[in-house]
Amino acid sequence: MSEHEVTLTINGESVTRSVEARTLLVHFIREDLSLTGTHIGCDTTSCGACTVLVCGKPVKSCTMFAVQADGAEVETIESVAVGGALHPLQEGFWEKHGLQCGYCTPGMIMTAKNFLANNPNPTEDEIRRGISGNLCRCTGYNKIVEAIQYAAEKIQADAGGE
Amino acid sequence: MIPGAFDYHSPRSLDEALSLLQQHAGDAKILAGGQSLIPAMRFRLAMPSILIDINRLDDLRYIEERGDHLAIGAMTLEHSLEDAAVVRSSYPLLHDTAVVIADPLVRNMATVGGNIAHADPANDHPGTMLAYDATVVAKGPKGERTIPIDDFFTGLFENAMGEDEILTEIRIPKPAANSGGAYTKFERKVGDYAISAAAVQLRLDGGTVAAARIGLTNVSAVPMRAKGAEAELVGKSISDAVIEAAGTAAAAECDPSPDLRGGVDYKRDITRVMVKRSIQQAVARAKGGK
Ligand SMILES: Cc1cc2nc3c(=O)[nH]c(=O)nc-3n(C[C@H](O)[C@H](O)[C@H](O)COP(=O)(O)OP(=O)(O)OC[C@H]3O[C@@H](n4cnc5c(N)ncnc54)[C@H](O)[C@@H]3O)c2cc1C
Ligand code: FES
Ligand code: FES
Repeated sequence: MSEHEVTLTINGESVTRSVEARTLLVHFIREDLSLTGTHIGCDTTSCGACTVLVCGKPVKSCTMFAVQADGAEVETIESVAVGGALHPLQEGFWEKHGLQCGYCTPGMIMTAKNFLANNPNPTEDEIRRGISGNLCRCTGYNKIVEAIQYAAEKIQADAGGE
Repeated sequence: MIPGAFDYHSPRSLDEALSLLQQHAGDAKILAGGQSLIPAMRFRLAMPSILIDINRLDDLRYIEERGDHLAIGAMTLEHSLEDAAVVRSSYPLLHDTAVVIADPLVRNMATVGGNIAHADPANDHPGTMLAYDATVVAKGPKGERTIPIDDFFTGLFENAMGEDEILTEIRIPKPAANSGGAYTKFERKVGDYAISAAAVQLRLDGGTVAAARIGLTNVSAVPMRAKGAEAELVGKSISDAVIEAAGTAAAAECDPSPDLRGGVDYKRDITRVMVKRSIQQAVARAKGGK
């Protein structure tokens, strides 16, 4: 049973910790780093509530070991609002009622953030495919799709208005 | 749930990975994308005492045409397969398959080599690689060898590689002129494993089927070819009746188990329909369609 010293960047800050090899990244984030915005919704890699960005790519942090993130840049939901100002996606979820219980929301937003970075002007169908790894048991998805559409428009308007 | 304890190694070269594997033969497992292995470890269905993580072997990530085949490095992400221009333009069966594997988050971690090495009949690549007549390249202490895909899947979760070998590459023969392929998958919900799915790769000579290979997903304990269905096609002039006969043959020769995804009769009938749809699409593509 090996222990490893891991150094990674979390939301822009470098941290070094000793971890047991079997520690899952999601447990490391929640328990060692006390960042509890990242959720755990299943035991089967099915729900996406645990989605974080590792080197910019959304992955299920319950299905990766913390030791594998050595040297990586990890972003969680805590990094999304900058200086207390909501990100356009967070604003979209607020304005369009993209959440009910909110359990899936951090994962949805992390997935959507990467999705919009690659596809700033998506169709509805592309949005639905883009979030197909994130389950929501409350909203029926329509409001989430609208929230992402809102964010896409807002990001484009902000960029155009400079 | 938390996996059992293990020792972790993260080799920086294939040779280092191979020597670790040899040193710990029998106790060690390769960790690729982890999208099958880590869930199994969390359920304690797998309890390896040593994990050899090959994610740092970036040399094993490539998709390129070389000579008479498409070479895919074992650590190529499913996501890269979706995006690759050569796959989109020349390997439609592979492209069809890549976009229906799991969900976008899983595809950011999961690897093509892992999908095949896992030898899970529920996975989508085995059927596709059977239809393509692919070749697997494995490297071990005695060097490199190639294994025809027809000999690769030896049992449920079992393959023809030794415990000291690593799958390094998959080779797909370049399709000849007038070839077409397609993958059709029926799933309960997006991101799920197939209820049944069919991979078809064929070549036409005028209106006649000159060659055809068909692989089936999740309707047998070991990934299988539908040889009876292939026989209904080869040498025949393509018609609705011929396509129906191939679908019917596949339904008869597959061997599904009843589970949450459906009963045996239902799965056989879905197989019939998947095979027909894939043939129709493959024929359309062989004639130059999309
Ligand atoms: C929610 C969910 C849904 C899924 N749905 C689908 C689906 O619809 N279709 C589908 O095809 N798959 C599906 N998968 C499985 C996914 O594609 C897996 O990633 C794949 O089966 C294994 O690839 P991996 O790279 O993650 O391998 P790992 O999980 O790391 O490894 C799997 C096995 O193969 C061995 N192995 C891996 N690479 C090598 C190598 N290079 N040499 C020797 N041995 C090796 C490992 O030791 C292990 O035993 C799903 C997974 C999840 C979590
Ligand atoms: S907690 Fe459900 S996918 Fe990670
Ligand atoms: S808002 Fe409750 S799970 Fe999505």
